[in-house]
Amino acid sequence: MTVHDMKHAASDSARLEAVGGRLSRVDGPAKITGAAHYAFEQQLEGLTHAVLVGATIAAGKVTAIDTRAAETAPGVLAVLTPETIMELKTASDWFGNRPSDGPYSPLVREVTFSGQHVAAVVAETFEQAVAAAALVKVWYDEMPAIVDLSDGKAGDGMPIDAMTKEWGDAQSAFAAAPVRICAAYNTPREFQAAMEPHGLIARWQGDELTVWEPSQWLDGMARTYAEWFDIPFENVRLISPYIGGGFGSKALALAHSAVAAAAARMLERPVKLVLSRPQNFTSYGGRAATRQTVAIGADRNGRIQSIVHRGVNETAVDGMWVEPLGSVTSIMYATPNFSSKQNVVRVNTVVPGAKRAPGENPSAFGIECAIDELAYELGLDPLEMRLINYAEQDPHAKKAWSTRQLREAFAAGAEAFGWAKRSPQPRSMREGRQLIGWGVAAGTYPVRRAYGEAVVKIMANGSVEVESSSIDMGQGTYTILAQTAAETLGVPVENVLVKLGDSHFARAGVTGGSRLAGVMTGAVHKATGQALDELIGLGLSDPRSPFHGLQANTLQVRNGRIASPRGEGPELSIAELMSAVGRERIEAKGDTLPASTTPEERYANYTTIAKSIPHTEGDYSRHSWCAHFVEVRVDEDFGTVRVSRVVSALDSGRLYNPKLAESQWKGGIIMGIGQALLEEGIVDRRHGRIVNGNFADYMLPTNADIPDIQTISVGIPDPHSSALGGKGVGELGIVGVAPAIANAVFHATGKRVRDLPITLEKLI
Amino acid sequence: MRDFSYLRADSIEAARNAAALPGAMLLAGGTTLIDLAKCGVAEPATVIDISHIEGLNAIDVTADGALIGALAKMSHVADHAEVKSLFPAVSEALWQAASAQLRNMATIGGNLMQRTRCPYFRDPGNFPACNKRAPGSGCSAIGGVTRGHAVLGVSEACIATYPGDLAVALVALDAEVDLGERKLKVEDFFLAPGATAEQEHDIRPGEVITAIEIPGSAAARRSTYIKVRDRQSYEFAAASAAVGLELEGDGRTVRDIRVALGGVATKPWRARAVEDALKGKALDEATIREASELAMQGAVDHGANHYKIALAPRVIARAILKLGETA
Ligand SMILES: Cc1cc2nc3c(=O)[nH]c(=O)nc-3n(C[C@H](O)[C@H](O)[C@H](O)COP(=O)(O)OP(=O)(O)OC[C@H]3O[C@@H](n4cnc5c(N)ncnc54)[C@H](O)[C@@H]3O)c2cc1C
Ligand code: SF4
Repeated sequence: MTVHDMKHAASDSARLEAVGGRLSRVDGPAKITGAAHYAFEQQLEGLTHAVLVGATIAAGKVTAIDTRAAETAPGVLAVLTPETIMELKTASDWFGNRPSDGPYSPLVREVTFSGQHVAAVVAETFEQAVAAAALVKVWYDEMPAIVDLSDGKAGDGMPIDAMTKEWGDAQSAFAAAPVRICAAYNTPREFQAAMEPHGLIARWQGDELTVWEPSQWLDGMARTYAEWFDIPFENVRLISPYIGGGFGSKALALAHSAVAAAAARMLERPVKLVLSRPQNFTSYGGRAATRQTVAIGADRNGRIQSIVHRGVNETAVDGMWVEPLGSVTSIMYATPNFSSKQNVVRVNTVVPGAKRAPGENPSAFGIECAIDELAYELGLDPLEMRLINYAEQDPHAKKAWSTRQLREAFAAGAEAFGWAKRSPQPRSMREGRQLIGWGVAAGTYPVRRAYGEAVVKIMANGSVEVESSSIDMGQGTYTILAQTAAETLGVPVENVLVKLGDSHFARAGVTGGSRLAGVMTGAVHKATGQALDELIGLGLSDPRSPFHGLQANTLQVRNGRIASPRGEGPELSIAELMSAVGRERIEAKGDTLPASTTPEERYANYTTIAKSIPHTEGDYSRHSWCAHFVEVRVDEDFGTVRVSRVVSALDSGRLYNPKLAESQWKGGIIMGIGQALLEEGIVDRRHGRIVNGNFADYMLPTNADIPDIQTISVGIPDPHSSALGGKGVGELGIVGVAPAIANAVFHATGKRVRDLPITLEKLI
Repeated sequence: MRDFSYLRADSIEAARNAAALPGAMLLAGGTTLIDLAKCGVAEPATVIDISHIEGLNAIDVTADGALIGALAKMSHVADHAEVKSLFPAVSEALWQAASAQLRNMATIGGNLMQRTRCPYFRDPGNFPACNKRAPGSGCSAIGGVTRGHAVLGVSEACIATYPGDLAVALVALDAEVDLGERKLKVEDFFLAPGATAEQEHDIRPGEVITAIEIPGSAAARRSTYIKVRDRQSYEFAAASAAVGLELEGDGRTVRDIRVALGGVATKPWRARAVEDALKGKALDEATIREASELAMQGAVDHGANHYKIALAPRVIARAILKLGETA
């Protein structure tokens, strides 16, 4: 099921195959031809179908559920309610902490958000389940809901002390600064909106559970299932070879997952449950809505004296999500005085979750708009403003940057964009009735590091297999791991088969925070190195080897052929050597964990995020960086904004595959365009319910909204960030796009829009 | 299971007979019907597939007029050379509607019959009150999220916007809809909600749209459709305008002008006050802008849709200016 037709993808020239080469995605042909099977496409004997019933109120109690009509509807096998669903155990959170030892029910009596699952119907066919679900009658005792941050009942929320960052005396320094700006910046509730919905197929065989579910974190989700059902971790097998987009949303086993797995256990039949599109807007959290105020004081030369930052994000009544809003604010610019604090406010929503660059993304919107406002206040070029306040070291951690090619990014981006030709005055550039604006903003994302594990097998026929329970949701794991193994071993890339997405493979932590490539290339590099050592060792020391008796102390493998370094003796293919020494396979498991790691620590490393390594560990502060230059055209009558040009220069360190890195950057930039201009979950304030939970009404950019995007890599290998010198790629691209657009809109129109998205009514 | 029976009609007569059955609904391209069935809004007892009826997809265009069969696909009409040259507003309205995939499936008859995008209308499970769906149940939209709702032709019963594009161009160009026994002006075919929000069209049980007829005219030849929305494509109009213009020999004075609005009214909205104000006038930007404001007489907003009152006249003005410039 993970077999790709590598030969097609790898038909480019040999140089493409090495790490750093522009090899096309090896999983591309399988996806294009339909050979790649996604989770919901599994055909299982006796498969049944579950459909969820969601609460129609945002707060209150379920007082009664009438299931009679649904139970007698054709094809119905079971109607599950909080009373009838089997009892599960409360699972630990992603730090590994168990909030309670009590029972857990994924169907609720106490409703805390609209759409929360209160019942489920399982039937022989999907249509029968849908029809019967509509027959389930639910009565509620409704209570007033807090619908969002602007709700009068919401209050100021509670402080999250861990988010406080302070040095110097920010308040006094701000008050004393000769030039000051202070403004509030808001981002709405946004959704990951992956094309592939959430859902799963769950099958029990005795006490063993197999789950086909799109997953960014097989080991973490397997742990959750094991804890819910109180079975050993090894009894759960999660299978997720292909994922139709995650963007942060597919890292956890969620309530709907529990419903399907419980139903399968109760009915002793496999159950398929796929969330409807509207349910994808209420069954798991998107990006929390945020509010920030940014106050900056500067001297008359534009040098920042103080930054005072306050942030708020919404979270759920029964769950905690902190969107770290001071993350970019505290490191982007040098300032002697700084204060950032954050509150969270509980509202009646599903718990918000991770969406591409959680924290950094809204944080950059605040500080990168504010710095632009300050530049206009001072009459300085916004790019100049950023260079004047360039942070030569991490102002918060007070450590040297591992690498920071941001100055280079500004220079390369400005040059390619033609920034020098910008006319400084707002509303000074136009074409007919289109006002033209240019904006710039910077972005950053920390290098999140963790440990990983991989198995590399050299087979008798000379081919190579790489196995890992990490995943590829389109970012290119299959491809770069094939490149890594091919280069390390010295074989053509088409001889390498990468198998991912099965929790029974060698373990991996979460794919999130742009950490996977750095972690897994390191693990594969190490495992392949071990396999290579064993191969060479056999070649030199096995009496049956044609190299035995040569005086060489090592052998070289190039393009799948083995020879001594100085060329004396024979040249063999790997298969010939394997056959000569009578080996079926060489297998090596490599991991990047310290040798002293205990089994418990290993388990915690792969199934929680508690063990990830801080980006400021040791002597360095590690981040990727970028600068976006954007041109917008705003119709002066209609207020419609179109992005007409984007040039972004990015520092992700060494690129393992520039083609894939560019795709990811561009994907992030496109998502940023959507965030700036279109995306917003719109809530009916009377019902606390999102009313645009579908792809016709939740606006995402179309091809017609996206201009040519030029990306420029300005990174250099960063040995402090990863084994092979790369830094994060996937999240970086989106950070800074929305402020660059907002800044360009100001330059075009003279109007500062501080509430995303910048829709037309805000400009007419 | 929501069972329904499926009938394939081989002729218009068969379709008419079947359409008279209670709970019967026609299926043409299916892009509205299946969508609404999925939302739980459409629950037909019988689905009558008319998509195989021969001869209903003809597109016949001369300088005198266009005759477009009800089963002609949106994409075919949009791309038709004579439609483009003799009725540009019609082609432009279609090109800017929906997506390429939808236009390849959807028919002209079905297009006229598309339903509102009011989110409350489309979600019966969560919002039982909707006069359009369940007469007398109330209106969930009033007091709720109204950014897309209408400002013209609204009533206390319903403020839902008519979402389509084509019909706006047809109303501007005095097109007629052929129902077999009857022929109606497209403008009269659409009904404002008044107290009966459920009645959107003047169509009776057993009637089938067979064709659209658009009279040829100088104003039709110099016509355009401008659609404004946040997203560049695949979004319904925040406001749109179809305008046809005929100038006197001097190239400045208006002999004939037709103006209709979309995205802001409960039905495709003819703006006669704007037409009257401009007929006989020499075109200049100030005159055009001033006259365009007249389209908003009687407009009522519900908060979030207030912007439409400012936006719509600007869309009209832009369309007239564009046509004037090509003089
Ligand atoms: C996501 C989305 C976006 C869209 N965006 C736009 C847009 O921007 N602009 C726009 O104008 N439209 C838009 N549409 C609407 C689209 O144009 C219509 O769905 C389409 O034109 C309907 O045509 P159809 O042939 O598929 O109709 P069907 O779905 O087959 O039928 C629709 C209705 O018309 C009735 N009907 C069909 N044919 C006849 C007939 N000959 N006589 C009498 N009744 C008939 C049917 O019974 C049914 O009630 C959008 C639709 C979707 C789903
Ligand atoms: S505006 Fe009309 S369609 Fe929308 S809820 Fe009210 S009555 Fe129903």
